[in-house]
Amino acid sequence: MQTADVIIVGGGIHGCSTALHLALRGLKPILIEKDYAGRHASGVNAGGVRQLMRHIAEIPLSIRSMDIWEKIQDLVEDDCGFDSHGQVLVAEDESELAPMRDRVAELNLRGFNHEELIDAKELRRLVPAVAESCPGGVVSRRDGAANPAQTTTAFRRMAERRGARIIEGVRVDTVKRDGGHWYVTAGSEVYSAPVLVNAAGAWGGKLAAMLGEPVPLEVVAPMLMITSRVPTFIKPVVILRGRKLSFKQFENGTVMIGGGYLGRAYPDTNETDLDWTQLKNNARTVWDLFPIMREATIVRAWAGIEAKMPDDIPVLGPSRKHDGLFHQFGFSLHGFQLGPGTGDTMAELIATGKTNISLEAFRPDRFETADIGDKHEH
Amino acid sequence: MSFPESLHAAYDVIVIGAGPAGLAAAATTAEAGLRTLLVDENSAPGGQIYRAITTSPLKNSSILGKDYEAGNDLVHTFEKSGADRLAGCTVWSLDRERVVGLSCGGEARLIKAERVIIATGAMERPFPIPGWTLPGVMTIGAGQTLLKSSGLIPSGRLALAGQGPLLWLYAAQILRAGGHIAAIFDTTPLANYISAAPHLPGFVFSPYWIKGLGLIREVKRVVKIVTGVTRLEAQGKNKLQTLVWEAGSRTGSIDLDVLMLHQGVVPHVNLAMAAGIKHEWDDIQLCFRPVLDESGNSSIKGIMIAGDGAGIGGAESAAERGRLAAIDTVANLRPDALAQIPSRDNVRNRLAQTMRGRAFLDHLYRPSKVFRIPQDASTIVCRCEEITAGEIRASIAIGATGPNQLKAYRRTGMGPCQGRLCGLTVTELMADERGKSPEEIGYYRLRSPVKPISLAELASIPQDETAIKAVVRG
Amino acid sequence: MFKRATNHQEPAVQITVDGLPVTARRGDTVSAAILTAGCVEPYRYTAVNGTPRAPYCMMGVCFDCLVTIDGIGNRQGCLIPVSDGMVITRQNGKREIES
Repeated sequence: MQTADVIIVGGGIHGCSTALHLALRGLKPILIEKDYAGRHASGVNAGGVRQLMRHIAEIPLSIRSMDIWEKIQDLVEDDCGFDSHGQVLVAEDESELAPMRDRVAELNLRGFNHEELIDAKELRRLVPAVAESCPGGVVSRRDGAANPAQTTTAFRRMAERRGARIIEGVRVDTVKRDGGHWYVTAGSEVYSAPVLVNAAGAWGGKLAAMLGEPVPLEVVAPMLMITSRVPTFIKPVVILRGRKLSFKQFENGTVMIGGGYLGRAYPDTNETDLDWTQLKNNARTVWDLFPIMREATIVRAWAGIEAKMPDDIPVLGPSRKHDGLFHQFGFSLHGFQLGPGTGDTMAELIATGKTNISLEAFRPDRFETADIGDKHEH
Repeated sequence: MSFPESLHAAYDVIVIGAGPAGLAAAATTAEAGLRTLLVDENSAPGGQIYRAITTSPLKNSSILGKDYEAGNDLVHTFEKSGADRLAGCTVWSLDRERVVGLSCGGEARLIKAERVIIATGAMERPFPIPGWTLPGVMTIGAGQTLLKSSGLIPSGRLALAGQGPLLWLYAAQILRAGGHIAAIFDTTPLANYISAAPHLPGFVFSPYWIKGLGLIREVKRVVKIVTGVTRLEAQGKNKLQTLVWEAGSRTGSIDLDVLMLHQGVVPHVNLAMAAGIKHEWDDIQLCFRPVLDESGNSSIKGIMIAGDGAGIGGAESAAERGRLAAIDTVANLRPDALAQIPSRDNVRNRLAQTMRGRAFLDHLYRPSKVFRIPQDASTIVCRCEEITAGEIRASIAIGATGPNQLKAYRRTGMGPCQGRLCGLTVTELMADERGKSPEEIGYYRLRSPVKPISLAELASIPQDETAIKAVVRG
Repeated sequence: MFKRATNHQEPAVQITVDGLPVTARRGDTVSAAILTAGCVEPYRYTAVNGTPRAPYCMMGVCFDCLVTIDGIGNRQGCLIPVSDGMVITRQNGKREIES
């Protein structure tokens, strides 16, 4: 049997970040990952580092993360491919711009100033290639993008260097609690610690249910496409909310096209299928909005396996059933930016028993009045 | 070319690839009355081996040889069969629901089939030597393609390097076509003659024996041959100028305009892997090949693989494997039509005959490690992203454990060729460096589109019935 | 880099490559036509480091034959037959992208 201070299940950006921050606080975590760090959503997402358009409840966590992102090199000794050219939400017409105006006003009232309403002129300055008909939008200037696989790998590597143990390629079979300790059987080994963190992403719902705390998690497979290199024409990440789109050009000229269109996920076998009838709609939106992209070529497409909650915010914080159990999953397609700050917050919570970031909205028992179907068996 | 109006929204059988396996498979299922579509990205049928069989400017000459003419029968039988054919049409996607993504003349479609037979054949094994990206360095297969489809031979000084039957066949064809070869550098490891020897009896009774020896004699009479070659380096500023070689303790260099490389062929796995079909490492043929039953059924229901894409067996066996896959398809979809097509036993017997001698060739022409795993740090492994062997080794040293993790360190396999020209090299290099087997290290995780598709083509997919069904299912 | 082996019977096809007139033959692919023309070398420059390249495999797997055909970029020249009046532009990789 191997003992530790904390056992973390899941080697995504969240598990690795929590492991690193725990180690930085002098604790000894063991992280158990069934595949390898960054194999799923954390390694294959769009890499958006975005505060823009976040759920109000996530904003404090997102800001804490942003502070870390801006010094990411100091933390993990890797630039993680992070650049900060802003993120822009484009309104396709006046009816889309109105609610954006309301939202920015509400954020300002609450004391958040990272989102800024922009008119057609500023939109055209930031995104020159956008279709003439767009009347404006919202910008979050500190936002940007990073390389997700590089980032998750860097967190994993630094966590290990700071004293965390990373066990890859081993699946958790059973979890028992006895005398204030968790006993986790994985492969041929038993691991024991007083604290357990469920950072198992799309598989987090299964683990939570195993521990008697089921949540209505849906396993989904958001798809992304990437184009061949085209001349540089856009710096910030562009997102749309009416028709779904996220759009980012890398320094090498390739353009990533996403927006949350879903393929089919097979979490038991780690497989996904792309649904080209959906990606077709994605392509259509780009065609309409960026005439410059019309002759571009799609060279790759993929889907990652992710967890999605009914209210699109994560399950995060202490269990309501067990002492020494913490949840950190269900980030609903936008958990990448939150990884650094959430790991820091979780480590603070575990090491000190408290954090001044409110996790109330993320309680695992918030769905109890609702009907909890067995949604994860997609 | 664009999609003909006669194209159906769904087919009983879609066959992908119009080489010997695909032509034979499609002809057989169509003869049994199954609605069959044969798709191929080339404008003329034949695949690689019978490339341009109906259009070659050399077709009535003795240059290409009698074996090439065998392709005529396959095409003729196919054309009488009643199957639909889409030429110049790219298959960019296939999923486990057997929906095939096609693009043709700037438009794209999604077409569903009850059965899909993948007959995408083989491609030449990567041959990563220093300087292999210089203009003037190409594969022997490339040279042969230019010869068959356009009647082209290299101008200037030409050398061939590598090993395998294709090298000798192409050398003979170039000589017959009036070309000149300055030298041939034979990389066959001398130890292979010993490991292949036990398989010699099977080979002696195969048709390859006489034909092969004849070709080698024909070439050796007029071309200088350097055997036991252990190192090759192509040099030049903006194009090939010099080939530097070593053969044990012998060394030399030769000025060249064109260098053609070849060290055998391997299954072209991209479409099958992207569809999610299980593959395994073949330690004799040194490649990944799909896990299949005797008829060619893959790990995904309704998707079969025939021909060299199922494991290298050569053109004649490819046609028989195409027929076997077709017979299994007919047995499942239209058993009452089995009487109209060749019997499974006959095809099996012919297949066994065509496979005779294969073990000898596999062992004799098993390429040497130094030409599979680049020893020079500066040798480019990933041609698209221009990543060297040294850069890959450095990434392994700081934690990259497999081809998919390596992408986070270097962009290997992420360019337009999607790992076709570096996949095997990366797997073997990582296995070698980490002391693991290629099976343990694995291959790139491949996804559609297996060939680039333009945004315009993708946006052009009609909202037809197949599309609607796929949305509902999702 | 290549020449015709026989007295070619196939009819001529006129195309342009980077504005230069090139006579190809029916049955040639775009790549075969350029390799035979001799007037346009190198075939292309890569997008990553701007190094010169020419087609390597001629069977659609290496993507070193990419050219712009009638205004559409990144097309596999080795798979596409020439037709009269075709306008082909070489892809000058990095330099083009940085401009």
